[in-house]
Amino acid sequence: MVFTTSHKVLLLKVVIHLAAFLPLLNLYYLAFNDQLGADPVQEVIHFTGIGAFNLLLVTLTVSPIAKRFKQGYLLQVRRLLGLYTFSYAFMHLLNFLVFDLQLAWSLFFNEVVKRPYITIGMIAFVLLTALAITSLDRIKRKMGKSWQSLHNYSYFIAILVSVHFYWSVKSEIISPLFYMVLTVALLAFRYKKIKTLILSIFVKNIRSK
Amino acid sequence: TTPLKFTSDKDNLSLIKTPEQKVISHNNFYEFGAKKNQPAELSQNFKVNPWQLTISGECDNPITLDYDDLTTLFALEERIYRLRCVEAWSMVVPWIGFSLADLLKKVAPNSSAKYVLFETLHDPEQMPGQSDRRLGGGIAYPYVEGLRIDEAMNPLTLMSVGLYGKTLPPQNGAPIRLVVPWKYGFKSIKSIVSIKLVREKPQTTWNKLAANEYGFYANVNPAHDHPRWSQASERRITSGGLFARNRIETLPFNGYGEQVAHMYKNMNLSKYY
Repeated sequence: MVFTTSHKVLLLKVVIHLAAFLPLLNLYYLAFNDQLGADPVQEVIHFTGIGAFNLLLVTLTVSPIAKRFKQGYLLQVRRLLGLYTFSYAFMHLLNFLVFDLQLAWSLFFNEVVKRPYITIGMIAFVLLTALAITSLDRIKRKMGKSWQSLHNYSYFIAILVSVHFYWSVKSEIISPLFYMVLTVALLAFRYKKIKTLILSIFVKNIRSK
Repeated sequence: TTPLKFTSDKDNLSLIKTPEQKVISHNNFYEFGAKKNQPAELSQNFKVNPWQLTISGECDNPITLDYDDLTTLFALEERIYRLRCVEAWSMVVPWIGFSLADLLKKVAPNSSAKYVLFETLHDPEQMPGQSDRRLGGGIAYPYVEGLRIDEAMNPLTLMSVGLYGKTLPPQNGAPIRLVVPWKYGFKSIKSIVSIKLVREKPQTTWNKLAANEYGFYANVNPAHDHPRWSQASERRITSGGLFARNRIETLPFNGYGEQVAHMYKNMNLSKYY
């Protein structure tokens, strides 16, 4: 049997499924059975939050690696990673709403509006949702060029998420700072692209004036 | 931890206590790590005997207590108190100890004693968070806290040497800590080596770090939000996993208004938060 590119992709996908899905199963099994420390609510919120950020950074690492090592097939697992990023972010939000606030909807909306770190977290989640929905092949095809412009927002999401993390802590800023540096480093690989994106926004603004 | 002799608290039996295992494994004690589970893991070799607690400053009879004095100088009593963390979770803990007022009367404060300053042990070799910035969460050490003299003399203010019938485990502030049940938990300083009667309002650890988030008074107040989250309600940590329905309204002064509100009656509590 020849180990083809599609085999590699399949194998990678299996690994991603195992590495992303099993920890979630384990987390909720422990949490429902009160075996996740004294405050399982805080634990599931933190685990899914940092998990979503890790997955986002891994997703953003795919294309620089694929380019650097000329492994184009890697791009084929990017959507799966992105969807897991979304799933973790979704659970993060759900944990906050269901287990922490216990469906106190008015408190939830108040917190989203009043607390800057929650506001930007929510914006990041809404954008992630848009990316997840438009990852369907049919929609992607219909969107044509605008698909890429929409998915360029992943860089913006990474910045929002790193600020969300930084603003959420009391005094222990070392790991949020570390994540910020990682984010900036990953964006630095796209220096030219991001510069063009920002310039194009300015150009549009000037034209519309 | 060893068993203690004490009179039990018969007045608060209706409060549902947080299970002992949770009280001793979910701690904010940055000297042993900023994560909730780290203090229980990193403090087990902490030496509490010998210990010296000095009470000094504006008083007539300054004294130094050693380890045995902490549990023998005063009759010990159990106090089942609600503990409300500024992070909006809470517990119910059966503390054992004596009134700070009794201790202060012993040193006879003079008329210049307007505030009380408390200090935690500074021993980076035993307390890894004090030397490792990542572990210690970036706060200044030694940890200091303070009370106004009338707050310190309030009968509710407890010097705790134990919980759940035994001496304090290190992660809960052994061998002696403060418990001020109507204030956010960070006021209840742990592993105290010095109590000083002073003239001026002291600079306290969290207040110095972020004055807009952590006031000197830090009275539990559902009407005054932390800038980054609501203080109107809290999650009570009891038994039960994720589906424990435990979000409850936060009460002014953590439900101890009757005993303490008079001390603040002419103060604007949203200014002096």
